[in-house]
Amino acid sequence: MNILVSIALKHLLSRKRQSLVSLMGIILGTGFFLAISSLMVGSEKDFLKRLVDNSPHITISDDFRAPRIQPAEMSNSAIEIKNVRPFRETRGIRGYGEILDFLRSKPGVQASEMLLGQGLVTYAGKDTSVTLNGVIPEDLRSVSTIEEYLVSGKVDDLIANPDGILLGSELASKLAIKKGDIFTVVGPSGTVRNFKVLGIFRTGRRSYDETQSFLHITRAQSLLGKVNRINSIIVKTPKPDEALNLSREIEKRFLYKSISWQEASEDLLSTFKIRNTIMYTVVSAVLIVAAFGIYNVISTVVLEKQRDIAILKSIGFEPKDILKIFLSQGIILGLVGCVFGLPFGMSLMGLLMSINFKPPGATQSIGMPIDWGIWQFMVAISFALGASILAAYLPAKKAASVNPVDIIRGGT
Amino acid sequence: MSIVADSLTKILTGEVPVTLVKDVSLRIEPGEAVAITGPSGSGKSSLLYLLGVLDSPSSGELYIDNTKVSSLSDSEKSKLRLKHLGFIFQAHFLLPEFTALENVLLPMQRLGELTGAEMIERSKTLLEQVGLSDHISKIPKKLSGGQSQRVAIARALANNPKIILADEPTGNLDSVSSKQVQEILIRLAREFKRTVLVVTHEEEFARSLDRVIRIVDGRIQ
Repeated sequence: MNILVSIALKHLLSRKRQSLVSLMGIILGTGFFLAISSLMVGSEKDFLKRLVDNSPHITISDDFRAPRIQPAEMSNSAIEIKNVRPFRETRGIRGYGEILDFLRSKPGVQASEMLLGQGLVTYAGKDTSVTLNGVIPEDLRSVSTIEEYLVSGKVDDLIANPDGILLGSELASKLAIKKGDIFTVVGPSGTVRNFKVLGIFRTGRRSYDETQSFLHITRAQSLLGKVNRINSIIVKTPKPDEALNLSREIEKRFLYKSISWQEASEDLLSTFKIRNTIMYTVVSAVLIVAAFGIYNVISTVVLEKQRDIAILKSIGFEPKDILKIFLSQGIILGLVGCVFGLPFGMSLMGLLMSINFKPPGATQSIGMPIDWGIWQFMVAISFALGASILAAYLPAKKAASVNPVDIIRGGT
Repeated sequence: MSIVADSLTKILTGEVPVTLVKDVSLRIEPGEAVAITGPSGSGKSSLLYLLGVLDSPSSGELYIDNTKVSSLSDSEKSKLRLKHLGFIFQAHFLLPEFTALENVLLPMQRLGELTGAEMIERSKTLLEQVGLSDHISKIPKKLSGGQSQRVAIARALANNPKIILADEPTGNLDSVSSKQVQEILIRLAREFKRTVLVVTHEEEFARSLDRVIRIVDGRIQ
């Protein structure tokens, strides 16, 4: 073993109790740091996954950010036109095939056209409005996660039966509809069609489960009186982070309003930033307190070992050797702290994961989302080591500057 | 290795500057055994630290083996001490957590020129030469003052230095132990042809060496 490290070890072992106490500080600090940061990151990831997965990464709608100029607004002042009403256009995304071709040409990007609209469900004397999501059932799996939430039925059934519909669980229970029942939907223009319930989904978001339904796009087009039209394109990108740039590109190219998930949930993302700052401040404080413990034990050792430092220097050890001796004490404490602190943190994480609770109003109990990513471990290790090294560096620097003659003179 | 001092002066700066060593010039030939004597507080130990490159002079020059010491970097000075200068202090200057053997091993391990086995072999030989072969695995607390001092001598000799510097090596020892230590130092000079510099109070011991330098108030008398 390196002579400097073995001296460092002997110094630490000569003050077993103090070393142990400061070690405990690092162990607890590292453990809590790991557990809390993995919980925070886990909950953020969990939340973002719900956010990102359950909603399209990009939604292109048939709106424009700036409304189009109406012909009457282009007139000059020589003519006065009164009672101007906007031109009645048939809404929808024009030339959507081109947009889809463009999107599908990008590697990994999935896109599907949709027609969204409102309908009225009539069943057993009850009426309720429903949001009709006219989709291409074959694309449903790739661009949405609705299949994961199906409590009964399959997406395949919708592919096989174009007259089928998937309903939200709350909507179904409100109307007392079961899978296999047939009910009537009335479109805004009065078109009436019957649909067979092929599946019930429950996402856990009540407002969604209460209003949404999925049906074949052609049926939606006929119900809404918009044959061959679509008013929405939903896009999934292989890397959700790229959605923002892609959506800007789409909007620049095709002018239609294109909203990425980042834009749609800007407020939440900034909340996460603030939350992370708070979290890292708090858990860092734990390690900073632990670092004071290390600083304390190493300063004490430095003070006690003035004579040893003088001896080593008189033998021919350089100041930087002395620095290394005391710095390695910090590193040893930090490393040993990690060796015990990480398992301690992991057991905390395991404990947190085993907690299940039911938030008020929720229908399912949920567990703590814990992120077991290597990143958390790396951050915890580097923070613990960094704090230990810094805490050791200050007394070590002092030790390195000890003038041996002062000590020897005082000792004789 | 010769030691040449050219008007070495050491002043401790502070509120009241104290002159420890004043304008000392001397020449010590290789293999010479020199005693530095003088009353307490005369600056003899300070002179020894200057000659042993442990302290740097306020003014004046020191040449060891014709090398100007002031031109060396701190690291080179450390290396010089490690390889060529062996220090022995008044007493109990051993690392308390290390056994006698480990204390003797330290300078060799720092120098790193021998293999581990060779280092241990050499340490054992050195401890045997100072008559401590039965105590090699004892920690300093378990050793008597005389034994500790002999371990310190063995450690000073570890890297086979040309110059041995001893600062009142018998200061804290009983007469029997003193005799043993003195004999070892004399033997180092006579048999092993080392340059030996000893700061001592013991007149008889001083006279048994080649030369006596008497220091009073920081000057050679």
